[in-house]
Amino acid sequence: MVDGLHALTALGQAAPQVVVIGPWQIAERVDVALASMACRHGQKTAFTAAAASIGVPLPQPARAQGGSPYGAFWVAPEMWFIEAPFADHEDITGHLKPAFGEAASITEQTDAWVRFDVTGANLPSLFERLSNLDLGQLPNGYASRTVIEHLGCYLIRRNAEEVTLYGPRSSARSLLHALEVTARSLL
Amino acid sequence: MTQSNRISGGQIDRSKTIRFTFDGQSFTGHPGDTLASALLANGVRLMGRSFKYHRPRGPLSAGSEEPNALVQLRSGARQEPNTRATVAELFDGLEATSQNRWPSLKFDAMSVNDRLNSFLTAGFYYKTFMWPASFWEKVYEPIIRRAAGLGAMSRQEDPDEYDKASAHCDLLIIGAGPAGLMAALTAGRAGARVILADEDFRMGGRLNAETFDIDDQIGADWAADAVAELSALPNVRLMARTTIYGVFDHGIYGALERVSDHLAVPLPGKPRQTLWRIYSKRAILAGGATERPIAFENNDRPGVMLAGSLRAYANRWGVTVGDQVAIFTNNDDGLRSAGDLQAKGVDVIAVIDSRAEGALLPGIRHLRGAQVIDSVGRLGLTSITVQKSDGKTETITCTALGVSGGWNPNVNITSHHRSRPVWRDDIAAFVPGPDGPPNLTSAGAAAGVLSTHGALITGQAEALAALESLGIKGTVGDLPRAEDAPIAIKPLWYVQSGKGRAWIDLQNDVTVKDVKLAHKENFTSVEHLKRYTTLGMATDQGKTGNVLGLAVMAELTGQSIPATGTTVYRPPYTPVAMGALAGRSRGTEFKPIRLTPSHKWAAEQGAVFVEVGNWMRAQWLPKPGEATWRDSVDREVLATRRSVGICDVTTLGKIDIQGTDAGAFLDRVYCNTFSTLAVGKCRYGLMLREDGMVFDDGTTARMGPSEYVMTTTTANAVNVFRHLEYLRQCLFPDLDVQLISTTEAWAQYSVAGPNARRLLQKLVDQDISDAAFPYMGAGNITVGGLRARLFRISFSGELAFEIAVPTRYGDALIRKLVEVGKEFDVVVYGTEALGVMRVEKGHVAGNELNGQSSALNMGLGKMVSKKKDAIGVVLSQREGMNQPGGYRLVGVKPVDPKGSLSAGSHFLEIGAAPVLASDGGWLTSKVYSPHIGCDIALGYLKGGDQKIGQRMRAVNFLTKTDTEVEIVSPHFFDPKGERLHG
Repeated sequence: MVDGLHALTALGQAAPQVVVIGPWQIAERVDVALASMACRHGQKTAFTAAAASIGVPLPQPARAQGGSPYGAFWVAPEMWFIEAPFADHEDITGHLKPAFGEAASITEQTDAWVRFDVTGANLPSLFERLSNLDLGQLPNGYASRTVIEHLGCYLIRRNAEEVTLYGPRSSARSLLHALEVTARSLL
Repeated sequence: MTQSNRISGGQIDRSKTIRFTFDGQSFTGHPGDTLASALLANGVRLMGRSFKYHRPRGPLSAGSEEPNALVQLRSGARQEPNTRATVAELFDGLEATSQNRWPSLKFDAMSVNDRLNSFLTAGFYYKTFMWPASFWEKVYEPIIRRAAGLGAMSRQEDPDEYDKASAHCDLLIIGAGPAGLMAALTAGRAGARVILADEDFRMGGRLNAETFDIDDQIGADWAADAVAELSALPNVRLMARTTIYGVFDHGIYGALERVSDHLAVPLPGKPRQTLWRIYSKRAILAGGATERPIAFENNDRPGVMLAGSLRAYANRWGVTVGDQVAIFTNNDDGLRSAGDLQAKGVDVIAVIDSRAEGALLPGIRHLRGAQVIDSVGRLGLTSITVQKSDGKTETITCTALGVSGGWNPNVNITSHHRSRPVWRDDIAAFVPGPDGPPNLTSAGAAAGVLSTHGALITGQAEALAALESLGIKGTVGDLPRAEDAPIAIKPLWYVQSGKGRAWIDLQNDVTVKDVKLAHKENFTSVEHLKRYTTLGMATDQGKTGNVLGLAVMAELTGQSIPATGTTVYRPPYTPVAMGALAGRSRGTEFKPIRLTPSHKWAAEQGAVFVEVGNWMRAQWLPKPGEATWRDSVDREVLATRRSVGICDVTTLGKIDIQGTDAGAFLDRVYCNTFSTLAVGKCRYGLMLREDGMVFDDGTTARMGPSEYVMTTTTANAVNVFRHLEYLRQCLFPDLDVQLISTTEAWAQYSVAGPNARRLLQKLVDQDISDAAFPYMGAGNITVGGLRARLFRISFSGELAFEIAVPTRYGDALIRKLVEVGKEFDVVVYGTEALGVMRVEKGHVAGNELNGQSSALNMGLGKMVSKKKDAIGVVLSQREGMNQPGGYRLVGVKPVDPKGSLSAGSHFLEIGAAPVLASDGGWLTSKVYSPHIGCDIALGYLKGGDQKIGQRMRAVNFLTKTDTEVEIVSPHFFDPKGERLHG
């Protein structure tokens, strides 16, 4: 056994970073565990029942749904990303697999992504310079894959003043830089 | 200099004075001026020299169609060539310089070209630079390159930022003249999401340049009120200084917003320009029309302008171009110009109306049925020669001549999907064709409706039609009253009198003679005409000259203008700077970078990084005292093979493949079998393309009965994932298989060398002895209780493992590995050492996986299973790919150990001439092996498997190396693979 290994955030720091630019706050989140979960062929009934049994929401296409402890957003036909508090779900697949068994393909995704929560007023004016999504017209709970400065990201509109971005972890600094430069240009 | 030509009125702020320079001379102007209007106000007509003949030129127009008045703005790194003075917004401190002249604008030595004009006719290039062929590159091209172009680049990095953005709307309205404003009011009031874009800094279009009323208001005031109403509507976005430059697929419009061009320097953090992508459900082109000239001899002198532009300068900017002005027209709009100028107190000395029946304006001399046949004035117009209806000529002194040959609707962007405009005889102009981009209609002058009333009514009608199609209820409001003058034009394209040159395309110095010559030499097709004469090229794209050129050709061929055809306009409508197209993707921000989990630690060690795709990988990690990169790499290689080395291999693609048919899926993906792989084991796999060539390779582990983890090469990670998704979704949808990338989820390190196990055993909680974790084993383990994965695989040929932990612990793991490895003299090695060791072992990598090579070429032919079908297997069996003498992977050593090898060298038999026919293959990868003690290499050699032990030459003309080599087995080091097992 070795001593416990320390963790670094996607931005290479010990603690998550929070940046405030004008009306906007960009907050790195490291307290959410993430897993992909896909329904296996012919297992729809068992899959849905398993999800219901442990309270995993299965939102419709292009939608996200919160919950406790599990939230989820749709990523592909019969496939979702599941969110849960990292503190007690670090091994998120270990929590999900017992319920779903062979009905689902579940893969840990926590460290594949960097998550930024962007909050503040007038988010559409910021995101129209980052993404081609029509953020101002989207409903709350909308989730979509989008491209920001060449990076494939997931964007979730929680509400008019809160957006969650998942971007590739290895490019966390590039993604944050894009957010910062754009926000500053609008001041 | 005072603003001697400034007259009353105009939409300029006379309470403020702006200072600017042109060719070093100071002038003043006012906010609201363009550079051209301010220079004209100061009595400056000469603003440039023409492209080919270096003829003195002044502005022809007052808008974006300008072919002549191209200047350089600013200086230093912000110097911007070929800017149209007619749309350059004046700002305090603006520096402008003329271009394409030497030594000065007034005396240009290159105007000798004008004397040589009989040599510089249409097709000059094609006729002149033909022989001798040896002159093409070394003599002619430099000459042509020196002569070509107008302004000069600063050759410095652009200091400004450019942004990109997306916008969405129900209705995009292009142009904010009367039609556009009426359309915007109609749609905006109905609640539709509207974007109204206009290239001008002041919305209103021609209303700003006219004097007539709308209802009881001056047109410009009505426009200002409309803009004010629209700006108060939350559903309407007004985008001034924004040019819609192109129509693309699915209702996407390209727009260039000049955010800071009207400022000396952009405000801090603000972009100079923003490139917008506008997604619009419907769009209305309300881009107005452009006046065209009539060609006559010497019609290019400064002071000869479009009549509507003379009117615009007087009405909008309070400027007269000259003290005595004449008008030459073939239509009633020319008369309007004369009337407006006269009303402004300008001395309109004559109206030369080519029609016999034109109206007469009181107080102005009219010469009806007459034509201007020549002009005089070296650097600016001093007089014109008129041929009157009775055939007699008269010289009329004037310093400005307004010419009106009619108006061309700005159909340009309706052609961007290749629709051709259609001809209308009643207005003698092209209008948008019926098969333009879907959901784009046109209104007002752009649609050929040339009165203000027509603009308002069609603007409203098109907006209502768009609203109806969108399911939005619109209201038919009362239209304001406006002029509705009929179109009265009798086409006159060029004046036939005289033997001199009459200009059609002023920017490219294309004359009537050139078109005639093109016709004579049978370049009569419109597309040939354009290329043979350069008609319609360069920054203005023929906005004033194209139709004129067509008309001349039509006359020569005896065809109608529509039968002669028209060139199809392409984006961009007006020039778009490369900086705007690049946006923020330039320099160090050209693309995002990807950092490995060990990046922070490696940077602390002073690692030298190399870009691999977007990844920054440690190439080598120098130690104090190492003079060259070779010192570092040799040390890393030797230390790894001697004891143990660590390499960050996170960049390799990792794909999680699950499902009850995951094994069957992999059997179809790989040419070798994976369904039989035992749980807890890895296998090297080879993936073919449909054509039988090798696509990618890597190791795939079976982590559970229905769970595999595939490894791909770094370069192909995305391509392989895309390929697998295609197979899963399109070819094998019946298979129960799910995919997800986990490349970034795991920090993965290779730990290789005789002491690899001893080092890892200090960290791993489980027994990893050879018995418990044999060669090609794989499994979930824990490291100090943390979940992790271990694979016993080797790229170096050593006893090796790859250990993976969740990425956030990657930094901690590399530090821990180095710490506990100290007792083994552990080394961390970079991609160079990785490369050396893989070449020593004869493993293929990117240089060998070149897309042209089969498994047989790589010496891996036996991996292609004949027991099952897989992607690419059938086509890999093609006869041509299985010839005995085909390329085979070989090892290469210089005969003289001091000899140098270089990748890309070609194999030649000793004594063979270095020509293509003797080519035996090529050298793909070369490294220096500290174990072998010389350069070693891999290569593809024809019949290579039969040539082991032979001597050949490796010749490289680029590196100028010619080395005698020995062909050897590609397995240079530990050929029996004994070290793998520790």
